[in-house]
Amino acid sequence: MAGARGGGHAALPLESPCSASMHYPTPSPSSPTPQNAAAAVPNHLPPSPETRPVPRSLSELFWSFTWLALQGFGGVLAVVQRELVEKKRWMTNEEFVEDWAVAQILPGPNVVNLSIMIGDRHFGLRGALVAIAGMLALPLLVVLALAMAYASFSSLPAVAGALRGMGAVAAGLVAGMGCKLAAPLVRHPLGPWVCGVIALAAFAAMALLRVPLAWILLVIGGAACVLTWRRLEAPRP
Amino acid sequence: MTPLTLHLQPADWLHLFVYYLSLSLLAVGGAISTAPDMHRHLVGQQGWLTDPQFSASIAIAQAAPGPNVLFIALLGWNVGLNAGGAGAAGWAWGMLGVLLCMAGIMLPSSLLTWAATRWAHRNRQRRAVRAFKQGMAPLVVGLMLATGWVLASAHGSLAHDWRLWCLTAVSMLLVWRTRLHLLWLLGAGAVLGALGWV
Repeated sequence: MAGARGGGHAALPLESPCSASMHYPTPSPSSPTPQNAAAAVPNHLPPSPETRPVPRSLSELFWSFTWLALQGFGGVLAVVQRELVEKKRWMTNEEFVEDWAVAQILPGPNVVNLSIMIGDRHFGLRGALVAIAGMLALPLLVVLALAMAYASFSSLPAVAGALRGMGAVAAGLVAGMGCKLAAPLVRHPLGPWVCGVIALAAFAAMALLRVPLAWILLVIGGAACVLTWRRLEAPRP
Repeated sequence: MTPLTLHLQPADWLHLFVYYLSLSLLAVGGAISTAPDMHRHLVGQQGWLTDPQFSASIAIAQAAPGPNVLFIALLGWNVGLNAGGAGAAGWAWGMLGVLLCMAGIMLPSSLLTWAATRWAHRNRQRRAVRAFKQGMAPLVVGLMLATGWVLASAHGSLAHDWRLWCLTAVSMLLVWRTRLHLLWLLGAGAVLGALGWV
Protein backbone atom coordinates (compact mmCIF):
# COMPACT_ATOMS: atom_id res chain seq x y z
CA MET A 1 0.00 0.00 0.00
CA ALA A 2 2.78 2.37 0.86
CA GLY A 3 4.23 1.59 -2.54
CA ALA A 4 1.01 2.54 -4.26
CA ARG A 5 0.85 5.81 -2.39
CA GLY A 6 4.44 6.71 -3.08
CA GLY A 7 4.11 5.76 -6.72
CA GLY A 8 1.25 8.14 -7.19
CA HIS A 9 3.25 11.30 -7.20
CA ALA A 10 6.06 9.96 -9.29
CA ALA A 11 3.46 8.98 -11.84
CA LEU A 12 1.92 12.35 -12.48
CA PRO A 13 4.21 13.72 -15.17
CA LEU A 14 4.17 10.40 -17.01
CA GLU A 15 0.44 10.13 -17.48
CA SER A 16 -0.14 7.49 -20.06
CA PRO A 17 -1.28 8.19 -23.62
CA CYS A 18 -4.65 6.63 -22.96
CA SER A 19 -5.58 9.18 -20.35
CA ALA A 20 -8.90 10.82 -19.86
CA SER A 21 -8.55 13.15 -22.81
CA MET A 22 -9.55 10.35 -25.13
CA HIS A 23 -12.02 8.86 -22.80
CA TYR A 24 -15.50 8.65 -24.13
CA PRO A 25 -16.40 6.52 -27.12
CA THR A 26 -18.87 9.19 -28.11
CA PRO A 27 -20.45 9.01 -31.54
CA SER A 28 -19.30 12.51 -32.36
CA PRO A 29 -22.15 14.73 -31.12
CA SER A 30 -21.35 17.43 -33.63
CA SER A 31 -22.72 15.31 -36.43
CA PRO A 32 -25.71 17.03 -38.06
CA THR A 33 -27.40 13.78 -39.12
CA PRO A 34 -29.82 12.17 -36.68
CA GLN A 35 -28.06 9.23 -35.15
CA ASN A 36 -30.91 7.00 -34.30
CA ALA A 37 -34.59 6.39 -34.22
CA ALA A 38 -34.91 8.38 -31.00
CA ALA A 39 -33.71 11.48 -32.84
CA ALA A 40 -36.72 13.41 -31.61
CA VAL A 41 -35.20 13.24 -28.15
CA PRO A 42 -32.40 15.80 -27.90
CA ASN A 43 -29.09 14.03 -28.01
CA HIS A 44 -27.54 13.86 -24.60
CA LEU A 45 -24.06 15.31 -24.52
CA PRO A 46 -21.66 13.86 -21.98
CA PRO A 47 -19.63 16.45 -20.11
CA SER A 48 -16.75 17.41 -22.33
CA PRO A 49 -13.54 15.50 -21.57
CA GLU A 50 -11.70 18.69 -20.63
CA THR A 51 -14.02 19.60 -17.78
CA ARG A 52 -14.78 16.25 -16.26
CA PRO A 53 -12.99 15.22 -13.07
CA VAL A 54 -10.35 12.53 -13.37
CA PRO A 55 -8.26 10.73 -10.74
CA ARG A 56 -5.28 12.95 -10.15
CA SER A 57 -2.79 10.35 -8.92
CA LEU A 58 -2.30 6.64 -8.44
CA SER A 59 -2.83 7.03 -4.73
CA GLU A 60 -6.18 8.70 -5.30
CA LEU A 61 -7.08 5.80 -7.58
CA PHE A 62 -5.99 3.28 -4.95
CA TRP A 63 -7.92 4.82 -2.08
CA SER A 64 -11.00 5.47 -4.20
CA PHE A 65 -11.22 1.80 -5.09
CA THR A 66 -10.41 0.71 -1.55
CA TRP A 67 -13.15 2.94 -0.20
CA LEU A 68 -15.75 1.71 -2.60
CA ALA A 69 -14.76 -1.91 -2.09
CA LEU A 70 -15.10 -1.52 1.68
CA GLN A 71 -18.63 -0.16 1.25
CA GLY A 72 -19.64 -3.01 -1.00
CA PHE A 73 -21.48 -5.48 1.18
CA GLY A 74 -22.96 -8.28 -0.90
CA GLY A 75 -21.30 -7.05 -4.06
CA VAL A 76 -19.56 -3.88 -5.14
CA LEU A 77 -21.59 -3.09 -8.25
CA ALA A 78 -24.09 -0.72 -6.66
CA VAL A 79 -21.34 1.20 -4.89
CA VAL A 80 -19.28 1.60 -8.05
CA GLN A 81 -22.15 3.40 -9.76
CA ARG A 82 -22.81 5.60 -6.74
CA GLU A 83 -19.18 6.55 -6.12
CA LEU A 84 -17.66 6.80 -9.60
CA VAL A 85 -20.67 8.16 -11.50
CA GLU A 86 -22.59 10.23 -8.99
CA LYS A 87 -19.97 11.38 -6.51
CA LYS A 88 -16.64 11.53 -8.31
CA ARG A 89 -18.12 11.93 -11.82
CA TRP A 90 -15.22 10.09 -13.43
CA MET A 91 -17.72 8.55 -15.82
CA THR A 92 -21.31 9.06 -16.98
CA ASN A 93 -24.14 6.60 -16.49
CA GLU A 94 -23.94 5.66 -20.17
CA GLU A 95 -20.22 4.96 -19.95
CA PHE A 96 -20.73 2.98 -16.78
CA VAL A 97 -23.34 0.75 -18.38
CA GLU A 98 -21.20 0.21 -21.48
CA ASP A 99 -18.04 -0.55 -19.49
CA TRP A 100 -19.99 -2.78 -17.18
CA ALA A 101 -21.30 -4.78 -20.13
CA VAL A 102 -17.74 -5.37 -21.31
CA ALA A 103 -16.55 -6.24 -17.80
CA GLN A 104 -19.45 -8.66 -17.51
CA ILE A 105 -18.89 -10.51 -20.75
CA LEU A 106 -15.15 -11.03 -20.24
CA PRO A 107 -14.16 -13.86 -17.92
CA GLY A 108 -13.09 -13.02 -14.40
CA PRO A 109 -14.61 -11.13 -11.48
CA ASN A 110 -16.67 -8.28 -12.94
CA VAL A 111 -15.67 -5.51 -10.56
CA VAL A 112 -12.02 -6.47 -10.94
CA ASN A 113 -12.38 -6.25 -14.72
CA LEU A 114 -14.03 -2.86 -14.34
CA SER A 115 -11.18 -1.69 -12.09
CA ILE A 116 -8.67 -2.78 -14.71
CA MET A 117 -10.50 -0.84 -17.41
CA ILE A 118 -10.79 2.36 -15.40
CA GLY A 119 -7.26 2.20 -13.99
CA ASP A 120 -5.75 1.49 -17.40
CA ARG A 121 -7.67 4.31 -19.01
CA HIS A 122 -6.20 6.89 -16.66
CA PHE A 123 -2.73 5.60 -15.84
CA GLY A 124 -2.00 2.70 -18.16
CA LEU A 125 -0.80 -0.65 -16.83
CA ARG A 126 0.22 0.81 -13.48
CA GLY A 127 -3.23 2.27 -13.08
CA ALA A 128 -4.78 -1.13 -13.76
CA LEU A 129 -2.54 -2.81 -11.17
CA VAL A 130 -3.17 -0.10 -8.58
CA ALA A 131 -6.91 -0.29 -9.13
CA ILE A 132 -6.89 -4.08 -8.62
CA ALA A 133 -4.77 -3.69 -5.51
CA GLY A 134 -7.15 -1.06 -4.16
CA MET A 135 -10.12 -3.28 -4.83
CA LEU A 136 -8.62 -6.37 -3.18
CA ALA A 137 -5.91 -5.58 -0.60
CA LEU A 138 -7.82 -4.18 2.38
CA PRO A 139 -11.02 -6.14 1.71
CA LEU A 140 -8.90 -9.31 1.73
CA LEU A 141 -7.64 -8.49 5.22
CA VAL A 142 -11.21 -7.75 6.35
CA VAL A 143 -12.46 -11.05 4.97
CA LEU A 144 -9.66 -13.00 6.68
CA ALA A 145 -10.39 -11.25 9.97
CA LEU A 146 -14.09 -12.08 9.59
CA ALA A 147 -13.27 -15.70 8.84
CA MET A 148 -11.29 -15.92 12.08
CA ALA A 149 -14.04 -14.19 14.05
CA TYR A 150 -16.71 -16.34 12.45
CA ALA A 151 -15.80 -19.46 14.38
CA SER A 152 -16.39 -17.77 17.74
CA PHE A 153 -19.49 -15.67 16.95
CA SER A 154 -21.47 -17.56 14.35
CA SER A 155 -23.79 -19.08 16.95
CA LEU A 156 -25.06 -15.72 18.27
CA PRO A 157 -28.59 -15.08 16.95
CA ALA A 158 -27.97 -11.31 16.74
CA VAL A 159 -25.04 -11.88 14.37
CA ALA A 160 -27.05 -14.19 12.16
CA GLY A 161 -29.92 -11.68 12.21
CA ALA A 162 -27.70 -8.77 11.26
CA LEU A 163 -26.37 -10.75 8.32
CA ARG A 164 -29.93 -11.52 7.22
CA GLY A 165 -30.89 -7.86 7.39
CA MET A 166 -27.84 -6.73 5.47
CA GLY A 167 -28.46 -9.40 2.84
CA ALA A 168 -32.01 -8.10 2.33
CA VAL A 169 -30.75 -4.52 1.95
CA ALA A 170 -27.99 -5.63 -0.44
CA ALA A 171 -30.58 -7.24 -2.71
CA GLY A 172 -32.48 -3.95 -2.80
CA LEU A 173 -29.32 -1.97 -3.54
CA VAL A 174 -28.56 -3.89 -6.70
CA ALA A 175 -32.14 -3.74 -7.94
CA GLY A 176 -32.38 -0.01 -7.20
CA MET A 177 -29.21 0.65 -9.17
CA GLY A 178 -30.68 -1.33 -12.05
CA CYS A 179 -33.71 1.00 -12.02
CA LYS A 180 -31.41 3.99 -11.98
CA LEU A 181 -29.36 2.76 -14.93
CA ALA A 182 -32.52 2.24 -16.94
CA ALA A 183 -32.99 6.01 -17.24
CA PRO A 184 -30.32 6.64 -19.93
CA LEU A 185 -31.92 3.95 -22.11
CA VAL A 186 -34.49 6.47 -23.42
CA ARG A 187 -31.65 7.86 -25.54
CA HIS A 188 -30.50 4.42 -26.70
CA PRO A 189 -30.31 3.88 -30.48
CA LEU A 190 -32.96 1.18 -30.20
CA GLY A 191 -35.41 3.38 -28.32
CA PRO A 192 -36.87 2.81 -24.87
CA TRP A 193 -39.44 0.19 -25.81
CA VAL A 194 -37.08 -2.25 -27.51
CA CYS A 195 -34.61 -1.72 -24.67
CA GLY A 196 -37.36 -2.50 -22.18
CA VAL A 197 -38.17 -5.75 -23.93
CA ILE A 198 -34.49 -6.75 -24.00
CA ALA A 199 -34.02 -5.92 -20.32
CA LEU A 200 -37.17 -7.83 -19.42
CA ALA A 201 -36.07 -10.85 -21.46
CA ALA A 202 -32.67 -10.85 -19.73
CA PHE A 203 -34.36 -10.55 -16.33
CA ALA A 204 -36.78 -13.39 -17.02
CA ALA A 205 -34.10 -15.69 -18.43
CA MET A 206 -31.76 -15.08 -15.52
CA ALA A 207 -34.08 -14.71 -12.53
CA LEU A 208 -37.05 -16.89 -13.40
CA LEU A 209 -35.78 -19.50 -15.88
CA ARG A 210 -32.22 -19.69 -14.47
CA VAL A 211 -30.66 -19.93 -17.93
CA PRO A 212 -26.82 -20.03 -17.73
CA LEU A 213 -25.39 -16.55 -18.15
CA ALA A 214 -23.28 -17.55 -21.15
CA TRP A 215 -26.43 -18.37 -23.11
CA ILE A 216 -28.13 -15.13 -22.13
CA LEU A 217 -25.13 -13.11 -23.26
CA LEU A 218 -24.84 -15.08 -26.47
CA VAL A 219 -28.48 -15.16 -27.55
CA ILE A 220 -30.17 -12.07 -26.08
CA GLY A 221 -26.96 -10.03 -26.02
CA GLY A 222 -26.04 -11.08 -29.55
CA ALA A 223 -29.49 -10.11 -30.85
CA ALA A 224 -29.31 -6.75 -29.07
CA CYS A 225 -25.89 -6.03 -30.54
CA VAL A 226 -26.98 -6.91 -34.07
CA LEU A 227 -30.08 -4.70 -33.77
CA THR A 228 -27.99 -1.83 -32.42
CA TRP A 229 -25.42 -2.32 -35.18
CA ARG A 230 -28.13 -1.90 -37.81
CA ARG A 231 -29.32 1.32 -36.19
CA LEU A 232 -25.87 2.89 -35.93
CA GLU A 233 -24.63 4.68 -38.98
CA ALA A 234 -21.39 3.59 -40.59
CA PRO A 235 -18.38 5.44 -39.18
CA ARG A 236 -17.45 8.61 -40.98
CA PRO A 237 -14.16 8.44 -42.86
CA MET B 1 -16.41 -29.53 12.18
CA THR B 2 -13.81 -32.25 12.02
CA PRO B 3 -10.48 -30.62 11.20
CA LEU B 4 -8.54 -31.98 8.30
CA THR B 5 -4.81 -32.56 8.54
CA LEU B 6 -3.11 -32.50 5.21
CA HIS B 7 0.44 -33.20 4.18
CA LEU B 8 0.78 -31.14 1.04
CA GLN B 9 3.88 -31.43 -1.13
CA PRO B 10 5.19 -28.62 -3.36
CA ALA B 11 3.60 -30.45 -6.28
CA ASP B 12 0.23 -30.17 -4.54
CA TRP B 13 0.59 -26.42 -4.14
CA LEU B 14 1.52 -26.17 -7.79
CA HIS B 15 -1.53 -28.24 -8.59
CA LEU B 16 -3.72 -25.80 -6.64
CA PHE B 17 -2.27 -22.86 -8.56
CA VAL B 18 -2.63 -24.54 -11.94
CA TYR B 19 -6.18 -25.60 -11.13
CA TYR B 20 -7.20 -21.97 -10.55
CA LEU B 21 -5.27 -20.85 -13.63
CA SER B 22 -7.31 -23.28 -15.69
CA LEU B 23 -10.57 -22.12 -14.10
CA SER B 24 -9.92 -18.44 -14.65
CA LEU B 25 -10.99 -18.12 -18.26
CA LEU B 26 -14.11 -20.18 -17.62
CA ALA B 27 -15.41 -17.71 -15.03
CA VAL B 28 -17.74 -15.82 -17.34
CA GLY B 29 -20.29 -13.97 -15.27
CA GLY B 30 -18.16 -13.81 -12.15
CA ALA B 31 -16.08 -16.25 -10.18
CA ILE B 32 -19.10 -17.50 -8.25
CA SER B 33 -20.33 -19.28 -11.39
CA THR B 34 -17.39 -21.67 -11.10
CA ALA B 35 -17.99 -22.43 -7.42
CA PRO B 36 -19.69 -25.77 -8.15
CA ASP B 37 -16.58 -26.95 -9.95
CA MET B 38 -14.37 -25.87 -7.05
CA HIS B 39 -16.54 -27.89 -4.71
CA ARG B 40 -16.26 -30.94 -6.95
CA HIS B 41 -12.49 -30.61 -7.14
CA LEU B 42 -11.34 -29.36 -3.73
CA VAL B 43 -13.87 -31.10 -1.49
CA GLY B 44 -14.72 -34.16 -3.54
CA GLN B 45 -11.71 -35.10 -5.60
CA GLN B 46 -8.73 -33.84 -3.57
CA GLY B 47 -10.27 -33.83 -0.11
CA TRP B 48 -8.43 -30.63 0.80
CA LEU B 49 -11.46 -28.89 2.31
CA THR B 50 -14.43 -30.01 4.36
CA ASP B 51 -17.97 -29.26 3.28
CA PRO B 52 -18.63 -26.81 6.15
CA GLN B 53 -15.38 -24.99 5.34
CA PHE B 54 -16.48 -24.60 1.75
CA SER B 55 -19.96 -23.26 2.55
CA ALA B 56 -18.71 -20.94 5.29
CA SER B 57 -16.11 -19.48 2.96
CA ILE B 58 -18.78 -18.47 0.46
CA ALA B 59 -21.16 -17.16 3.12
CA ILE B 60 -18.50 -15.03 4.81
CA ALA B 61 -17.25 -13.56 1.55
CA GLN B 62 -20.83 -12.68 0.56
CA ALA B 63 -21.47 -10.96 3.87
CA ALA B 64 -18.14 -9.15 3.98
CA PRO B 65 -17.46 -5.94 2.08
CA GLY B 66 -15.50 -6.19 -1.12
CA PRO B 67 -15.68 -8.24 -4.30
CA ASN B 68 -17.28 -11.64 -3.93
CA VAL B 69 -14.26 -13.22 -5.61
CA LEU B 70 -12.60 -13.10 -2.19
CA PHE B 71 -14.38 -16.33 -1.33
CA ILE B 72 -11.61 -17.96 -3.37
CA ALA B 73 -9.06 -16.38 -1.06
CA LEU B 74 -10.88 -17.94 1.89
CA LEU B 75 -10.85 -21.34 0.21
CA GLY B 76 -7.08 -21.03 -0.21
CA TRP B 77 -6.75 -19.85 3.38
CA ASN B 78 -8.60 -22.90 4.65
CA VAL B 79 -6.52 -25.28 2.54
CA GLY B 80 -3.45 -23.66 4.10
CA LEU B 81 -4.85 -24.01 7.62
CA ASN B 82 -5.63 -27.65 6.99
CA ALA B 83 -2.05 -28.18 5.84
CA GLY B 84 -0.30 -26.10 8.48
CA GLY B 85 -2.31 -26.73 11.62
CA ALA B 86 -2.88 -24.12 14.30
CA GLY B 87 -0.67 -21.17 15.16
CA ALA B 88 1.83 -19.22 13.13
CA ALA B 89 2.61 -22.11 10.78
CA GLY B 90 -1.05 -22.35 9.85
CA TRP B 91 -1.21 -18.64 9.12
CA ALA B 92 1.86 -18.80 6.92
CA TRP B 93 0.50 -21.71 4.90
CA GLY B 94 -2.86 -19.98 4.83
CA MET B 95 -1.32 -16.90 3.25
CA LEU B 96 0.43 -19.12 0.70
CA GLY B 97 -2.93 -20.66 -0.17
CA VAL B 98 -4.51 -17.20 -0.49
CA LEU B 99 -1.77 -15.99 -2.82
CA LEU B 100 -1.76 -19.07 -5.04
CA CYS B 101 -5.54 -19.22 -5.42
CA MET B 102 -6.01 -15.50 -6.04
CA ALA B 103 -3.08 -15.25 -8.46
CA GLY B 104 -4.33 -18.30 -10.32
CA ILE B 105 -7.92 -17.13 -10.68
CA MET B 106 -6.98 -13.53 -11.51
CA LEU B 107 -3.95 -13.69 -13.83
CA PRO B 108 -5.38 -15.08 -17.08
CA SER B 109 -8.69 -13.26 -16.95
CA SER B 110 -7.10 -9.94 -15.96
CA LEU B 111 -4.54 -10.13 -18.75
CA LEU B 112 -7.29 -10.90 -21.24
CA THR B 113 -9.42 -8.02 -19.96
CA TRP B 114 -6.49 -5.65 -20.09
CA ALA B 115 -5.58 -6.56 -23.67
CA ALA B 116 -9.15 -6.74 -24.95
CA THR B 117 -10.30 -3.45 -23.48
CA ARG B 118 -7.19 -1.67 -24.74
CA TRP B 119 -7.98 -2.91 -28.21
CA ALA B 120 -11.63 -1.90 -27.88
CA HIS B 121 -10.66 1.54 -26.60
CA ARG B 122 -8.33 2.16 -29.55
CA ASN B 123 -11.07 1.05 -31.93
CA ARG B 124 -13.95 2.64 -30.08
CA GLN B 125 -15.19 4.54 -33.13
CA ARG B 126 -15.69 1.31 -35.04
CA ARG B 127 -19.32 0.57 -35.62
CA ALA B 128 -18.97 -2.98 -34.30
CA VAL B 129 -17.40 -1.86 -31.03
CA ARG B 130 -20.05 0.81 -30.49
CA ALA B 131 -22.81 -1.64 -31.36
CA PHE B 132 -21.43 -4.16 -28.89
CA LYS B 133 -21.12 -1.73 -26.00
CA GLN B 134 -24.42 0.03 -26.55
CA GLY B 135 -26.30 -3.12 -27.49
CA MET B 136 -25.36 -4.75 -24.20
CA ALA B 137 -26.64 -1.83 -22.13
CA PRO B 138 -30.29 -2.92 -21.80
CA LEU B 139 -29.08 -6.44 -21.00
CA VAL B 140 -27.03 -5.10 -18.10
CA VAL B 141 -30.10 -3.42 -16.63
CA GLY B 142 -32.03 -6.67 -16.86
CA LEU B 143 -29.20 -8.65 -15.29
CA MET B 144 -28.88 -6.21 -12.39
CA LEU B 145 -32.57 -6.52 -11.62
CA ALA B 146 -32.17 -10.29 -11.87
CA THR B 147 -29.25 -10.25 -9.44
CA GLY B 148 -31.39 -8.35 -6.95
CA TRP B 149 -34.15 -10.89 -7.47
CA VAL B 150 -31.85 -13.90 -6.99
CA LEU B 151 -30.37 -12.39 -3.81
CA ALA B 152 -33.85 -11.63 -2.49
CA SER B 153 -35.05 -15.14 -3.26
CA ALA B 154 -32.87 -16.39 -0.42
CA HIS B 155 -35.48 -14.80 1.88
CA GLY B 156 -38.02 -17.58 1.64
CA SER B 157 -41.71 -17.26 0.86
CA LEU B 158 -43.47 -13.91 0.79
CA ALA B 159 -46.01 -15.09 3.36
CA HIS B 160 -43.41 -16.14 5.89
CA ASP B 161 -40.60 -13.64 5.35
CA TRP B 162 -42.65 -10.63 4.22
CA ARG B 163 -40.68 -8.26 6.44
CA LEU B 164 -37.43 -9.16 4.68
CA TRP B 165 -39.08 -8.64 1.29
CA CYS B 166 -40.38 -5.25 2.48
CA LEU B 167 -36.89 -4.29 3.60
CA THR B 168 -35.53 -5.20 0.17
CA ALA B 169 -38.28 -3.25 -1.62
CA VAL B 170 -37.82 -0.17 0.57
CA SER B 171 -34.05 -0.14 0.11
CA MET B 172 -34.53 -0.53 -3.63
CA LEU B 173 -36.80 2.53 -3.71
CA LEU B 174 -34.44 4.55 -1.53
CA VAL B 175 -31.44 3.76 -3.74
CA TRP B 176 -33.39 4.52 -6.88
CA ARG B 177 -35.01 7.72 -5.75
CA THR B 178 -32.66 9.27 -3.18
CA ARG B 179 -28.96 9.85 -2.73
CA LEU B 180 -28.94 8.47 0.80
CA HIS B 181 -25.55 6.97 1.60
CA LEU B 182 -25.52 3.22 1.05
CA LEU B 183 -23.83 2.56 4.38
CA TRP B 184 -26.84 4.01 6.23
CA LEU B 185 -29.08 1.53 4.47
CA LEU B 186 -26.80 -1.42 5.22
CA GLY B 187 -26.43 -0.28 8.81
CA ALA B 188 -30.19 -0.02 9.20
CA GLY B 189 -30.54 -3.52 7.77
CA ALA B 190 -27.95 -4.86 10.21
CA VAL B 191 -29.68 -3.21 13.21
CA LEU B 192 -33.14 -4.38 12.20
CA GLY B 193 -31.77 -7.89 11.73
CA ALA B 194 -29.81 -7.94 14.98
CA LEU B 195 -32.92 -6.81 16.91
CA GLY B 196 -34.84 -9.64 15.28
CA TRP B 197 -37.36 -7.36 13.55
CA VAL B 198 -36.87 -8.76 10.10
